[in-house]
Amino acid sequence: MTKEDCQKLVIDIIADIAPDEDLSAIKPEIRLRDQLQLDSMDFLDIVMELRKRHGIEVPEADYSHLASLESCAEYLTPKFSTKA
Amino acid sequence: MKQTRIVITGIGLTAPNGNSLAEFRKNLLTGVSGITTIEVRYMGRHPAGMCTFDPLKYQKKKDVRIGTRVGGISIYCAREALADSGVDLATRDKSRVGIYLGVTEHGNVETENEVYNISQFKYDTKFWSHHHNPRTVANNAAGEVSLNLGITGPAYTIGAACAAGNMGLIHAAQMLRLGEVDFALAGGVSESPQTFGIFAGFKSQNALAAHEDPKQASRPFDQARNGIVISEGGCIYTIERLEDAQARGAKIYGEIAGYHVNSDATDYVLPNPERQAECVRKAIANAGMTIEDIDLINTHATSTPQGDIQECVAIAEVFKSRSAPPHINNTKGFIGHTMGAAGALELAGNLPSFDDLIIHPTINVDNLDPQCNIPGLVINQPKKATRVDVILNNSFGMLGINSTLIIKRFVA
Repeated sequence: MTKEDCQKLVIDIIADIAPDEDLSAIKPEIRLRDQLQLDSMDFLDIVMELRKRHGIEVPEADYSHLASLESCAEYLTPKFSTKA
Repeated sequence: MKQTRIVITGIGLTAPNGNSLAEFRKNLLTGVSGITTIEVRYMGRHPAGMCTFDPLKYQKKKDVRIGTRVGGISIYCAREALADSGVDLATRDKSRVGIYLGVTEHGNVETENEVYNISQFKYDTKFWSHHHNPRTVANNAAGEVSLNLGITGPAYTIGAACAAGNMGLIHAAQMLRLGEVDFALAGGVSESPQTFGIFAGFKSQNALAAHEDPKQASRPFDQARNGIVISEGGCIYTIERLEDAQARGAKIYGEIAGYHVNSDATDYVLPNPERQAECVRKAIANAGMTIEDIDLINTHATSTPQGDIQECVAIAEVFKSRSAPPHINNTKGFIGHTMGAAGALELAGNLPSFDDLIIHPTINVDNLDPQCNIPGLVINQPKKATRVDVILNNSFGMLGINSTLIIKRFVA
């Protein structure tokens, strides 16, 4: 899985969690919270959906890695690859 | 002591057969049932009353996703009531606005959903949603309204089984009289068809309606009635002290004349006609009225074999000495049992009688049960009345809670 693929999977999850948001122009390097209306419960939803859809666990200590699409891809791509 | 007069100045509702008072009333007068069938988890198809309002009229998609069905129903009704009242909350002290909503039960829907959800993951509780607790706290419905409208006054629910819809209004009137708030959003709400447990519970109790035509499944007072049709719905009123309503030139639907709430203290589920009769009598006394003053009684009867008879016994006993009987009707044939919403919603369906003097009928009565044949019953066709100045609304619930609310035509 490439980092671009990984970013797409995260965007698919965010599309369900924040259905009112326009996700077409998200900047990967900018914090998601600075671009979208996302709160701490929404990030828990992202963690839950990664668990449900992809069997990937994100420990609480690693939540900061989910800050931006870029950091998500950096952190999650190896997890997807290990799983594959 | 002269009590502060309390009036109804706005109505917002969603029922299985109408998403506004005008639509609801029109369907009550033209015999249009809102009952359909739905797929109930684990149980197959059953008659139920579902509402068709647009949740996105007043909520974002995300709020609908995070919130509950009853929260969405409550927000829709509250917003519609506010719009109807003409009150602009932006000009109000929102800390002086109260939200009081009656509920029969709460939390079953979300808990069932989460148990089902984790069953898809071998019952591993790490898949249990972090949204579960805010969705299942007992004040959820009122709390979602406060979030949606930015109301910072007291917002909570009143758990009173199926007497709850009346209780929301009664409690609001009490809080206004105590001076705790200056304006209230009050009524009752229900999301019950979303939970299979309610269906299964009534089925096990032999009190769940079954009929090949869902529109005929809810049939209070008919000999072939066989149980309750479970429905969702909501009705929220704006309630004010009369002087406040008059100061802003509000339209006034009616005045809260009196009420009473009591308990059977006899059984978990079986009603007690003696206590019901006492509740009706004390409400009439509380209103400073006599039995001769009551023009229309909207019954609670839920289409169960025993419950309908018990209420008829209670009403016949209270009104036995009256020269000509009051008009008596029932709304559940059209909408099923909307549980916590029932008292508030069924009252709303009858308030227009103050203006049009028409009594909406009890439908689906093909063969009137002789034990329910009480004088004044309006069956199958609307009836023109010569006088409708006072409406008495009954709502009773499990664990023996009874509520009677009396609304009178507003006369300055």
